[in-house]
Amino acid sequence: MREELIVSGRMNPHIDPQLEIWEWHIPAYLFLGGLAAGILFFASYFFIKGKSDEYPTAVKLAPIFTPLLIGLGLVFLFLDLKHKLYFWRLYTAFKIESPMSWGAWTLMAIMPLSGIWAALNIKTLFPKWDWKFDVVKDAIKVLEDYKTPIAWAMMILSVILGIYTGILLSAFNARPLWNTSILGPLFLVSGMSTGAAAIIILSKSKAERHTFARIDLLLIAIELFLIIHMFMGFRASSQVQIDASAMFLGGQFTAVFWVLVVGFGLLIPAALEVMEMRNKKVPYMVAPALVLFGGLLFRFIMAYAGQMSRWLY
Amino acid sequence: MRYAMAVDTKKCVGCSDCVVACQTENDVPIGYCRDWIVEVTDGTYPQLELEHRSERCNHCENSPCVRCCPTGASHYSDGGIVLVTKNKCIGCGACIASCPYDARFTHPKGYVDKCTFCIHRVKKGQEPACVAVCPTKCMYFGDLDDPNSDVSKVIKKRKYKTLIPEAGTQPQLYFLI
Repeated sequence: MREELIVSGRMNPHIDPQLEIWEWHIPAYLFLGGLAAGILFFASYFFIKGKSDEYPTAVKLAPIFTPLLIGLGLVFLFLDLKHKLYFWRLYTAFKIESPMSWGAWTLMAIMPLSGIWAALNIKTLFPKWDWKFDVVKDAIKVLEDYKTPIAWAMMILSVILGIYTGILLSAFNARPLWNTSILGPLFLVSGMSTGAAAIIILSKSKAERHTFARIDLLLIAIELFLIIHMFMGFRASSQVQIDASAMFLGGQFTAVFWVLVVGFGLLIPAALEVMEMRNKKVPYMVAPALVLFGGLLFRFIMAYAGQMSRWLY
Repeated sequence: MRYAMAVDTKKCVGCSDCVVACQTENDVPIGYCRDWIVEVTDGTYPQLELEHRSERCNHCENSPCVRCCPTGASHYSDGGIVLVTKNKCIGCGACIASCPYDARFTHPKGYVDKCTFCIHRVKKGQEPACVAVCPTKCMYFGDLDDPNSDVSKVIKKRKYKTLIPEAGTQPQLYFLI
């Protein structure tokens, strides 16, 4: 038997008795970032493919909301900072080894691009929109000509944004649950799935909804594979990762993860999407709403459980 | 130059004097600490073994906290000491999450704080506060590159371990066993 105690009474706030340095802000931001990345990816991809008229929600309508999503995410990130007045220090350095630095710069680049994209398409949402000032009108006219390069930049940056939300966590070897390179792709796929779900909710065309339901099905299948693959990796890894995965395989997160995230967030929406594609009468909002809920909960669980997992010595 | 510390677990009695000395010397806010004592009990009665360890930042040679810091606030200083530049730190918490030893915390003023190996004392030729006050003289501090420093001599002579070397951090806190 072995018992290890800190006998000098260490009780550093947010560290002891158990790490909780990141509260709701970070998972909420990871969700918003992934969602925005997903929407922007589909918008730029289908624009480049020349399918703007076929999928107007994906290319024009949904991206209008992304500057708001990213902006809200940035507010959450700012609220999470403890030394707030120095936040600008993020932009006086670029640290190639720090995923957070990558993320900060990616956000700096994708936020204005998504704003430009939203401005170019604002008339889909508000047909009577008027920019009032000639300067803005001229600028919009100029930017219209650069839609394709903007779309390419947005597509690449959206993949970086989506995958970095996972890499951010996977870079911490101190937290065994996060320390798996599957997490980057898993968060990317999950973010794209929530993006597709948002497009389905906003879309008024049945054909567009069906296309995105099919895309979402594929993404859900990949997600399920990656989740199982992740736990297989943990089970075959070192003791600390076996312990970390045990929280999900019999431990305190088992029910909430497998029932709510995997069941309600992946399997049930997948089943509903299959039913809808076979023209069974299913309210089409249910599946994408569940996907969004599952994506949000997945990030919360990973953020909290990850901080609980640790090395033993 | 490579500063390091050795703690003799055979001599440490877990009195927590090092903890108080650090809090006083470095004006650590009430309720926080940069060093702490771990007491390990192994075995079942009557075959028991006890180990005391005075722990702090390991000033790792491959520090995850320096790696993940987005602003460069966490950095290597003279002799490989890991320090935080207060007015570069944004308080994002990445370094805190990255430390397998949980050696860092957020100072009530917002920046991240941790053991500095009392660099302000070391520069004046003094020992770190914890080492200086230890009543059983169980701690050794010095330059590993200097074969005649206290720490070099003692880890040459004695068996030692480091904490979670498998985390790849290359810790510079040696526990004599």
